[in-house]
Amino acid sequence: MQLGATRKAQPVRTEQIILFRASSQVLAISSASVQEVRSIEGLSGSPQEIHEPRLPKVRHVFRRGELNLYVVNAAVHFGLRPSQASLIFLLRRLRTALLVDGIEKMTTMTRLQALPGAFCHEERGWYRGLTVLDQNVVPVVDPAGFLTAEELFVLDAAASRLAMPEAPPNEMGLNV
Amino acid sequence: MSQTEQLDARSCVLLRLGERRFALAAEHIAELVAPSRVYRFAHRTPEIEGVILRRGRVVPVCDVAEKLTGKKLTYRRFYLVAMRRRGTQVDRVALPVSGECELINADLTPASESDSPHVAGWLSHDGEVIEVLNLDALTPGTSVEPTLAQPGIPEAHA
Repeated sequence: MQLGATRKAQPVRTEQIILFRASSQVLAISSASVQEVRSIEGLSGSPQEIHEPRLPKVRHVFRRGELNLYVVNAAVHFGLRPSQASLIFLLRRLRTALLVDGIEKMTTMTRLQALPGAFCHEERGWYRGLTVLDQNVVPVVDPAGFLTAEELFVLDAAASRLAMPEAPPNEMGLNV
Repeated sequence: MSQTEQLDARSCVLLRLGERRFALAAEHIAELVAPSRVYRFAHRTPEIEGVILRRGRVVPVCDVAEKLTGKKLTYRRFYLVAMRRRGTQVDRVALPVSGECELINADLTPASESDSPHVAGWLSHDGEVIEVLNLDALTPGTSVEPTLAQPGIPEAHA
């Protein structure tokens, strides 16, 4: 006789996320997609001002090795009221640095719900989905959604007209 | 065409938006819930004001009163949670209503070409001619196909 099969509990898949503030909004980003967190003051590499009227969310660019990294103001990107940003997230494998007001906490999500189909505009590119934490709904941002290929093209063209000093590619930062 | 061909007996839910009543086919209704906290976050779909949580699932809230009556609701009695089929997915949307809802059986007259896209048909009830709503035309939306999960990453579920 075979004893009742013991059902193997499915391991809960989790993802570590950083909850951050942009203006009045709390959002989440996968901690795996954040390479470094820096204060604005601690950002070396001499960020330069860049002015591209079509992209008011990007006001600064700095150089890391061979690459231009563009600083996206998260509040402006999401159409929120401009706020006092204090931190920069350098995003992994992207040429985007994200200007945010501050970090709320680091936590873990176990379930990511797709953005309901009723949301049918730019937000579909902004978010990977929504997660529920402590009875709150938190949008989980898509790191690749801050700058499209077209926007990078426009910014590269604008940056090519600037003379920028180069920062060492692996200078010390707070690695997440 | 005879009258029997024109009419189609259906179960419908009557809903009140301010002074007017509208109807939705009962098969599109998931539940009627008390108003609860609306969670708001940045987005660019003006018809959607946020989401509510129902048993851990997020449901977008879409106030259709302004589109249908010209006025926003000043009072919300319930949220009527309706289902829309988008592609292979069933999508839910919460419609704020200002009064009691009623389940009725009525003969539906199909919409004609001259009707607005949001009109799926007409029914007559208590001496009133009532629009049966076409939710797909009335609420914004796109089909959400399930995304492939990466190993170790929580899946996005519709």
